[in-house]
Amino acid sequence: MDLNYGPEYDDFRTEVKAFVKANEDIKVTGPMRSESRINWQQTLIDHGYFARSIPKEYGGYGGDMDIIKLRIIAEEFAKSPIPKPMGGQGIQMLVPTLLELGTEEQKKEYIKPTLRGEIIWCQGYSEPNSGSDLASLQTKGELINDEWVINGQKIWTSTAQLAQMCFCLVRTEPDAPKHQGISYLLIPMDTPGIDRRPIKQMTGDSDFNELFLTDVKIPATNIVGKRGEGWKVANATLGHERGSLADPNVTLNRLNSLIELMKSETIDGQRVIDKPAFRDRLLSIQGRVLAQQSNALRILSSQINPEQEATLSKFIVKLQGTELRHELEGLAIDVMGEMGTLYEQSPHLRDGGIWQMHYMYYLGLIIGGGTNQIQKNIISERALGMPKEPKVQGA
Amino acid sequence: MYFGLSEEQKSLEDNIKKYLDDNASIEIIRSVVEGDLDKANEIHRGLVDLGISSLMVPEEYGGLGLDMLFATVVAGALGYGTAPCPYAGAYVMAPLALSIAGSDKQKEEWLPKIAGGEALIGVGISEYIGARENAGIEFSNDSVSGRCLFVIDGINADAFIVSNKSGELFLIPSDSSGIEIVELTTVDKTRTSIEIIFKNAKAEVLPGSSDNKSAADKVVDAGRLMLSADTVGAAQVMLDKSVAYALERKQFGRLIGSFQAVKHMCAEMAAELEPCHSMVWHAAHCLDNVPEESRLMACHTKAHVSEVGKQISKTATEVHGGMGFTDELGLHYWFKRIGLNRQLLGSPELIREEAAKLQGFDQ
Repeated sequence: MDLNYGPEYDDFRTEVKAFVKANEDIKVTGPMRSESRINWQQTLIDHGYFARSIPKEYGGYGGDMDIIKLRIIAEEFAKSPIPKPMGGQGIQMLVPTLLELGTEEQKKEYIKPTLRGEIIWCQGYSEPNSGSDLASLQTKGELINDEWVINGQKIWTSTAQLAQMCFCLVRTEPDAPKHQGISYLLIPMDTPGIDRRPIKQMTGDSDFNELFLTDVKIPATNIVGKRGEGWKVANATLGHERGSLADPNVTLNRLNSLIELMKSETIDGQRVIDKPAFRDRLLSIQGRVLAQQSNALRILSSQINPEQEATLSKFIVKLQGTELRHELEGLAIDVMGEMGTLYEQSPHLRDGGIWQMHYMYYLGLIIGGGTNQIQKNIISERALGMPKEPKVQGA
Repeated sequence: MYFGLSEEQKSLEDNIKKYLDDNASIEIIRSVVEGDLDKANEIHRGLVDLGISSLMVPEEYGGLGLDMLFATVVAGALGYGTAPCPYAGAYVMAPLALSIAGSDKQKEEWLPKIAGGEALIGVGISEYIGARENAGIEFSNDSVSGRCLFVIDGINADAFIVSNKSGELFLIPSDSSGIEIVELTTVDKTRTSIEIIFKNAKAEVLPGSSDNKSAADKVVDAGRLMLSADTVGAAQVMLDKSVAYALERKQFGRLIGSFQAVKHMCAEMAAELEPCHSMVWHAAHCLDNVPEESRLMACHTKAHVSEVGKQISKTATEVHGGMGFTDELGLHYWFKRIGLNRQLLGSPELIREEAAKLQGFDQ
């Protein structure tokens, strides 16, 4: 057991600290793709604080894959108000997919502008009748005159209203078994025939969209992997999403805000934190956060020491993390009582309404990214070796 | 950076698990629980030969001088095998109390004997944490009066280390006059529990504990961590057995492990339990190396692991259906072990309250 990163990393941390300190007052402004955001993203790439291990020829920093350095960067950035690097599905999911399975042309064309924040991507996976059973998707792609002609409907497409490109799963081999009939296509969002309709969600925001695709024509070369390999291509990156949804270090920050809230909220002049029932709930949640942080240390360690096994530790992160976060945000609402129900611009609103917002949003994340029931299937089948449900005929 | 067990720690764990697998089958556990003391002694001796009594004794007193992480690894393996043998009190808390608070003479007298498996010291510290029935001891004129409940590893002990309300620790040889032992029967018969009634029994202070609570606190932290590791080991067996049973039992023409109702119960157990392994290691690391975090980590680990253990001991029993309720299968030995661990040295509610105070939430 050794939780030190080692003295060889001290210089690196000093360097990151200095950069963070020097830039903590930087403001990036404007919407996505604004010049200010793109310039900041490029500055981070130039210093190796973003896209660190992605080769220079594709617009990355071109450094070696050093998990500890990535960790130090994340730690130092988290401590400061310095603007964080942009994320999103293009960066988290498409870039790793292209690096692994894309053609040279695709890598050259898409990775650099995606990293710089010039191209925003959306993910066309789910369909109205293909949610948890994603592989049953029916959006159709036919190759006619060297063009894919796509027809169908996608749903839960995040940031589709802002995206220039969509990485999309489409059924191109209707006669093949369901997992072998899908292709992974790259669709420019300005192609005629694409209609986007925002879905208003329970929080009041519209983070998701429905996409309607009618005779959408794209070049035959806009495919990643071979025809019918789309499921495999998509699964190469679903894992990237699963781990990123419920980082226990972020949950710890929320826990600290909750503690402050419980010290400042009062009932009949008594602080809520002094009420034993509330305090016990807080301490229970704190114990769970610590357990998940310990689990995260084990995962980190397994990335640094490849001989170390942490399969189950990784499989449980999304399930455990989203449930805990939802409960934590919910406790804050109970702490505030009636005040906790205030929303939008109401008088007496606490913390800008963020607790209700997160309480609902994390219920969404319990469902999204593979429902937590599907997570339990994955844990029991892949980690515990239990059998799948028998197949229903025709499904 | 490496977070996890070393090769040495893993091999110690494997050795103890293998020993218990070979020598403490469920039938043997059952015979011990029904009163076969010879069998219990034999298992105890075998485990002493593997080093469990010398782990925590410093090298200068003939022990192995290992750290808390080694001790938790052993505790986990003993819980896994539901070992009918003293450990948390006699081989972790007692040598730790002597090492950090004992006089040179006390150390010289007892530590080498503990290391050699020749002395057993029971630990009575429950009243420091929270006295039931107004139990507790007073010390005056070099002797102790009063009573201690739920003394850990006190049966057939050669001496006792007990605490008063303010965390002062006293050493009392068991052959002193004025000692009455009352055997308590808990649900978990793989380990023993006693009440001691002292009437002017000759006692020595452990001098390092007389002016502050830090010695008693460290002993409690270590004890809590051992109980946590024991629970994690026991819960892991219950999960493993549940998955194995679900993969052999058929109903409605299918393995019950193919029903989502059963799979999800197993997944939930695994999702709760897996982080507990890491949490116990992390807490041990803090006790060994990060003193400013050690108390809080020990509290949270004991409270959290107890909650997870309770859930798993229930769910695993349910996965086994009617068989889970029988003595024949013996799953209940782990259920009861987890049940005792949960209450010893502070139930979760009590410990969470302590954790709140440690963080100054009451100020």
